[in-house]
Amino acid sequence: MEKKLTTPITTDVIKTLNIGDEVLISGYIYTARDAAHKLLVEAIKNKQELPFDLKDQVIYYVGPTPAKPGEIIGSCGPTSSYRMDKFSPYLMDKGLKVMIGKGDRSKAFNAEVANYQGLYLIAIGGIGAKLSQTVVENQIVAYEELQSEAIRRLKVVDFPAIVAIDYQGNSIFK
Amino acid sequence: MFTIERKLIIDSVKAMLLESVKTLDKEIINRFENARDNEVNPLAKSVLSQILENHEIAISKDIPLCQDTGIVVCFVEIGRELIFDYDLEEAINVGVRQAYIDGYLRKSIVKHPLNRINTLDNTPAVVHFDFVAGNTLTLHIAPKGGGSENMSALKMLSPADGREGIINFILDTIKNAGGRPCPPLIVGVGIGGNFEKVAYLAKKAILIPLQEETTNEIDKLLEDELFKKINELDVGPMGLGGVTTCIGVKVVSSPCHIASLPVAVNLQCHSARKSEVTLVGKEINNADNN
Repeated sequence: MEKKLTTPITTDVIKTLNIGDEVLISGYIYTARDAAHKLLVEAIKNKQELPFDLKDQVIYYVGPTPAKPGEIIGSCGPTSSYRMDKFSPYLMDKGLKVMIGKGDRSKAFNAEVANYQGLYLIAIGGIGAKLSQTVVENQIVAYEELQSEAIRRLKVVDFPAIVAIDYQGNSIFK
Repeated sequence: MFTIERKLIIDSVKAMLLESVKTLDKEIINRFENARDNEVNPLAKSVLSQILENHEIAISKDIPLCQDTGIVVCFVEIGRELIFDYDLEEAINVGVRQAYIDGYLRKSIVKHPLNRINTLDNTPAVVHFDFVAGNTLTLHIAPKGGGSENMSALKMLSPADGREGIINFILDTIKNAGGRPCPPLIVGVGIGGNFEKVAYLAKKAILIPLQEETTNEIDKLLEDELFKKINELDVGPMGLGGVTTCIGVKVVSSPCHIASLPVAVNLQCHSARKSEVTLVGKEINNADNN
């Protein structure tokens, strides 16, 4: 039975989750992948203001296909998370709590999740058509020039994911 | 002599791409259904069910199966009796451009690996030409995802490493890749040739229909052993464990140097999108030239 989560997801809720738990997320989440992470971390290093407040937020690693006319979003499954490993600690330091992507992460990342009492969820890769059905709002909030890699604020209803790294840094991946 | 109109090439490439991004071959779907029924690991079963459900939604709602609509790979078999008065590769790229812009597919190609500036139309495609007998042109096309491509690997083994060396290299590659290439996989293996040819063979291998019997007996036995051992790795669907790490293995071999044993493994994610079409050349009236 899936557990229902509503964003923002706070530490006390995160602590109730175990690796392997299937969850359904509702509320606002932000999209960012390789190029947006690079820009966010450059902004942090240069002490510039970020395009959105990361505190207690959820970032989903995705670059969707363009929405067809009349549609909210195109196909929108997760991309591989390991490429974000070296960027994530900077964002967690600014308050980011939950990351959603696919695949395993580095040992160093697992330790950072424990350090910040965060959470790493996986969505199933390659099912972007199904996942698109959970998105009810889609608005670009930053870096529009990055096209599919722009930062979007999505409102989702019952977005399915699996707990892959818990707040103590335990990983579902061997 | 025969020819094929430029517009037919463009329209075919476009149509093949638009269809392939939302549909999988029946054989692939059959294998996922069998895998779902055979899995005992509940997460693996759930992942396979959702992969099948995604396929239904992609077709019924006309949405790409996966947001990564790939880099376009195209193998072209050109009949020797055909002649062209236009740039065939350019025509293929026009078809790609039209598919990705008109079809609302993701543009995932950057102009230079280091400047990372998007070409905005998903061109250029990676195109390979081959000459064959006859007056037909066959296009094999695949929008190939980046995640599984990133986990593919090539190694120049020593002849002494032999069959066991090849098997170990492939098993290590798939085990280390874990969930990253989006298993269940189709595993394309190239052996022999030289450095660049072996990668080409591995890519060709993933486009062979799964139900097609491999005729070379050495390759066939290697496929059977790899299939069994890969599925014993317990990587499972999306790397979450289970007995379904791959749904097919194809080996393509080629002669090689006495000092070499090249091996390449190209991984195809479960969104194994591809299409094939054969166009028949139109006879050219040579009356004016006589």
